[in-house]
Amino acid sequence: MRPGWVLRLAAICGYALLLAPALLVCAISFSAGDFLTFPPPGLSLRWYAALVSNAELMAALRNSAVLAAVVAVIALLAGGPAAYAIARLDFPGRGFLAGFLAAPLLLPTLVLGLALLLALQPVKLAATWPGLVLAHAMVAIPFAVRIMTTAFGAVPKDLEEAAWTLGATPLQAALRVTLPIAAPGAIAAGALCFLVSFDETVISLFLVGPRLSTLPVEMFRYAENRTDPLVAALAMTLIIVALAVVLLVERLVGFTRAVGRN
Amino acid sequence: MIGLLLCLPAALILGLGFVWPVALLARISLNRTTDMGAMEEAFSLETMAKLVEDDFTWELAWNTATLSATCGAIAVALALPVALLIRSAPPQWRGLLSLMAVAPLLVSSTARIVGWMAILGDRGMINAVLAWIGVVDDPVRLINNWTGVRIGLTESLMPYACLVLIAGLGRLDSRLEEAAATLGATRTKTFLRVTLPLAAPALAAAFLLVFVLGVSAFVTPRLMGGGRVFVVATEIFDLALETVDWPAAAAMAMLLLGSLGLAMALRGLVAKVAR
Repeated sequence: MRPGWVLRLAAICGYALLLAPALLVCAISFSAGDFLTFPPPGLSLRWYAALVSNAELMAALRNSAVLAAVVAVIALLAGGPAAYAIARLDFPGRGFLAGFLAAPLLLPTLVLGLALLLALQPVKLAATWPGLVLAHAMVAIPFAVRIMTTAFGAVPKDLEEAAWTLGATPLQAALRVTLPIAAPGAIAAGALCFLVSFDETVISLFLVGPRLSTLPVEMFRYAENRTDPLVAALAMTLIIVALAVVLLVERLVGFTRAVGRN
Repeated sequence: MIGLLLCLPAALILGLGFVWPVALLARISLNRTTDMGAMEEAFSLETMAKLVEDDFTWELAWNTATLSATCGAIAVALALPVALLIRSAPPQWRGLLSLMAVAPLLVSSTARIVGWMAILGDRGMINAVLAWIGVVDDPVRLINNWTGVRIGLTESLMPYACLVLIAGLGRLDSRLEEAAATLGATRTKTFLRVTLPLAAPALAAAFLLVFVLGVSAFVTPRLMGGGRVFVVATEIFDLALETVDWPAAAAMAMLLLGSLGLAMALRGLVAKVAR
């Protein structure tokens, strides 16, 4: 049935609400003014220049990029084999492990952040690289396992069996037949894990310190205290990274399928 | 056996970064805080009882529950037309329309709040329009208060509602609506008598998900509320990092988890009775 005009109008309102903040961030980030004024009094790149010359924020950007890359690699290396086992092998405790590896998604990040603070502070791991990597890997692994389980599951089992018949060992068959076919799923999983870590705010807020901070945390603190367009330029940087990842994931596996809960 | 071995690295990271911290959180919630503010090893429900007896806790709980119920309901109501439009759109448009509805999920919530500051702030878009029309002399306060938090939270919950509704409505048989139209029902009547009842389970699932997410939302209430809006999540954060009262923070977090678990169990019960 063709949608009527009431439905169209309501849907347009819905989309406007969803997309307005990101569009406004984009507009304001090019403002020449001193405040988050709309419409901007003039256009300029001065706040991007200010962002690049802000040593603290650039250090946080570097930290976030390095952290996200490390977390993506760890999540793939740890999550990939687990996803293969869950998708392909039959072993005792398979159902339990599949549930367990998704469990962190059930708890609010606020509770996870608090729990990590209580656990890592006494052993002097709060505000350290190992502490942040552990925290971010913990939230990234469920995503990696979920996407790669689907990717491995979609590869026909016959192909692997054919490889066995032709003399390949199970390891060879998994690495040379199944893995290459599931590669788009693995890349999508890696990209999504990168973004999960790069955007992670709440858990990081509990774990950063004066000497080690991440970009979302710095942006949160900046937005809490000041309102000049620098924070919009900063937000724009995060939006562009997110957009790049979303488009990549969409091309590879379909975005709604990757983040959906079933 | 090899399967267990393959799961081991991931399970180890989760053991270290998830099980151990959450277990410790549960344990610390049973500790006590001395009058000097230091943590004291104990094995009692004293901290939790103190919270439950405190009127402020109940005020926070009430604020949090009403906030996320209101915002959740509005988010689902706004996501419904979006999901219905996607369902009836030509197949080649569906991908793009779904992507636009769900993509905000991956834009950091802080970034989106900066956008809201530009829309709702004293010098923002809405106040500029209102001043231009000449309706108001002084800017309307739309941010750093409950209004701002409600608007921001509704927007941040919408993509999740869209996600559930797109999946849920996609399974509905559109021939039922066509049949209603053929039999002479108006659009409004078809929507109220056919579409809405069919969509009810998906709507309920979407509401429950966004309600749970809203209850534990932290970034939006903190930033959009400008430090003047207090909910359970902001209180847990302040207890942990500003007051540094770990047992109280842990106890509050355990109470939050308990209530969320209870909400889930109730929903399961309701679903069972309904069937």
